[in-house]
Amino acid sequence: MAKLPGPLEIYPLLPGTNCKVCGEANCMAFATKMAEHTVKLKACTPLYEEQKYAKKLTKLEDLVRPPIREITIGVGDKAVNIGGKLVLYRHDLRYSNPTAFFLDISDNLDSDGLAKRVKEIEDWTYIYIGQNLRLDGIALRGVSKDPKTFANAAKKLIELTEWPIMLCSLDPSMLAAAAMAIAHKRPLLYAATMDTWSEVGEIAVKHGLPLVAHTSGNLNDLATLVTTLRALGVNEIVLDPGTASKAGLGTTVDNFTQLRRSATVADNELFGFPLLSTPISVWADYQDGEAPELTKWDEVLTAASSIVRYSDIVVLHSLDMWTNLPLTFLRSNIYTDPVKPVAVEAGLVEFGEVGPDVPVMYTTNFALTYFTVESDIKQAGVNAYLVVVDTEGMSVQSAVAGRKLTADKVAESLQEYGVADKVNHRILISPGMAARISGETEEATGWTVKVGPQDSSGIPKYLQEGKWKEE
Amino acid sequence: MTPLKEDKTSSLDELFGEFSELTLENVTIEVDELKISLRPMVQQMARAAARAVLTGPKSLISAKFVPPLGEYTSSIHEVTIGSTKAGGGTRSKTVTIGGHTAPAWDLFQAPPKHPPIVAADVFDMPISLAKAVKMHYKEVMEDPAEWAKLVVDKFGADVVTLHLISTDRRLGDTSPSDAAKTIEEVLQAVKVPILIGSAGDPEKDGPVLAKAAEVCEGERTLLCSATVDVYEPIAVAAKKYDQVVLSWTSLDINQQKELNRRLVDWLRPEQIVIDPTTAALGYGLEYAFTMMQRMRLGGLLGDSELQYPISSGTTNAWAAREAWLNLPELGPRELRGPIWESVTALALLLAGNDLFMMMHPAAIKTIHDLVDWLRERRTTTADDYPDWTSISIPEGV
Repeated sequence: MAKLPGPLEIYPLLPGTNCKVCGEANCMAFATKMAEHTVKLKACTPLYEEQKYAKKLTKLEDLVRPPIREITIGVGDKAVNIGGKLVLYRHDLRYSNPTAFFLDISDNLDSDGLAKRVKEIEDWTYIYIGQNLRLDGIALRGVSKDPKTFANAAKKLIELTEWPIMLCSLDPSMLAAAAMAIAHKRPLLYAATMDTWSEVGEIAVKHGLPLVAHTSGNLNDLATLVTTLRALGVNEIVLDPGTASKAGLGTTVDNFTQLRRSATVADNELFGFPLLSTPISVWADYQDGEAPELTKWDEVLTAASSIVRYSDIVVLHSLDMWTNLPLTFLRSNIYTDPVKPVAVEAGLVEFGEVGPDVPVMYTTNFALTYFTVESDIKQAGVNAYLVVVDTEGMSVQSAVAGRKLTADKVAESLQEYGVADKVNHRILISPGMAARISGETEEATGWTVKVGPQDSSGIPKYLQEGKWKEE
Repeated sequence: MTPLKEDKTSSLDELFGEFSELTLENVTIEVDELKISLRPMVQQMARAAARAVLTGPKSLISAKFVPPLGEYTSSIHEVTIGSTKAGGGTRSKTVTIGGHTAPAWDLFQAPPKHPPIVAADVFDMPISLAKAVKMHYKEVMEDPAEWAKLVVDKFGADVVTLHLISTDRRLGDTSPSDAAKTIEEVLQAVKVPILIGSAGDPEKDGPVLAKAAEVCEGERTLLCSATVDVYEPIAVAAKKYDQVVLSWTSLDINQQKELNRRLVDWLRPEQIVIDPTTAALGYGLEYAFTMMQRMRLGGLLGDSELQYPISSGTTNAWAAREAWLNLPELGPRELRGPIWESVTALALLLAGNDLFMMMHPAAIKTIHDLVDWLRERRTTTADDYPDWTSISIPEGV
């Protein structure tokens, strides 16, 4: 595996003044965090501001550059960073910069059509573990095959949205026209090919824009194309070895894996760029009038494979909840830092106005379980106590099976948080998934245990019915 | 696309069931400073590049891609489930999993020795299921033998897992010998290898699986599961009757190694399959994903305690509320559910899982398709990479 620099390599290149501007106690502490990739070099502002550090800065930037370069698409708050990856497997450290989802828009839509599609893309969202899942960018496709139409659509687009844009056409004259119109918004250009590398490469150099290198499945071609583009002076490259779905999916997954492995494990700097896949390609087989669900199904499978196998950016067409929910969830899962336990603090949580009559429930401290239960109780609008038992960050079902959630643990928690002094009853509502230990829990706690719903979405109804109070 | 056998469902629309909006006939799912540390090849290319900047390349600069081969010193054990007449059993075929010499689907290194298989879940009593699953099983819920026939004949399952959940003291407390009768019925009903699942009741699992090992003598069944709490009676019975054991732990690689270490006191490596627990997509899937990746890599790099094929209770995908909640704003649950199970399975497929225990017929078919698509590099042509930038996609789809 490519060797990542350690603190002793980083430290001599820092100012060494221990000025604490970065927020760390001294330069060594900062170097240690740099090596752990938990701080960014930019936090050391003197390096950037003082001329005497210019040489050190250049050397440091080279030293800490990740095996996969980071490329920025767009400008301002909505700009998206792709790549910047350090490792092949997430368990080697962690993945940074979650796969960016770019949704397509055809350039031949009228103004209303463009505005409608932009809004739909921007508005797609779902709340998951206390955060809004969202899409990331817009891929403008040159369906019109007319440079003027394409450039006009690009201009309209930047009036409609601040989101990052990818300009997509295999015709260099199309890209030239649109790049001229919106270069200041730093769009990603798609794409230079074995046929168009010279013209498209020049457009990218002229405007200083990132550029996708696309070939049709052949990695020798891609090596040739990237070598040539770099010789032309294109420094920000995104690699697209081609996305074939269905029977071609094995080849696609294998190509992406070989590229990422070359850059991160075999230390081949030529391929140290972000990877792009195009699950939208499945729509080439779609015939007007057919039910679109099967094409969407294939798009999801192709995209899911791409998220797992190293794509830093994907181009999608489908905007449905049922297609993009599993994909955004998968992205969240794969990009979760494997070192940080996904746990919340154990303890006693109060909902609404608590008094001696309110129900007492318990759950685990797995973040996802906790946030789900929390949102369901809030939705019910009831007053309640929730005992959060320390299960080392495991869900109810896993914790029961793995003996991390036991009757004794529940009893200890009731004791520790003094719940008996807060209510005038001795009824504890257990998660449905912990039904197995309810008998033991009654023995260990001396409380009556009522088994609640299997899924916490049933909590509002369960509490409203008031059955928990019945003997 | 591989044509499906005629007696099996061949299009997804049937598999989605009564989802009336879907009419899916005839569809097949079918340069400033050169760093001295740069490696010679890169150095050479960089020099070529530096020269070229001055002159500008007039033609493509030819370069070769070198496959980044890894070094793996060991392989994963091969485990065979089921036994034909020749082996002393009554099954029409056997299935073998594992045997890998490379990380999952690294085709440039080596294709999978044995492709992953799907086991469909069958329960010995009616259970509560998500509506999108239940609609496919409501006719057979009272009859495990009919249930087993349905998943094999109609849904194309490679093997069947019979879960003896009614043996749980809270769910009917069926005795081991009564449970054995159900096993015999299922063995009569289908000819594929069968797997036996216990209820997860610490008091009953040992005797139930020991009895199952006895009645399945000669059939080489997979006993699911041995755990850190209950393993000895299962291992003893598996040794006596030559069965295979699923070594199941709860998302803890050290515990998995420890349990495997204990099991080999009784069992040969060819009698062990491992399961690190599957959490649903969105609900901790990354733990299972990373455990599986680490187990496969650990095994290939010489850790003898991890050189076993891997199994997943993929049906757990349905624990995600987004899979089954009746919320129309999230899209039709007839699609949402099976895609959830499919994506959960796909992530684990890419992580290195070998045996999928699944339920929704569309998800089962999808995993069979994916295994078929992923198992080898096909020669692709330009037609496989259409110009997606200019295709016309009708508005609103």
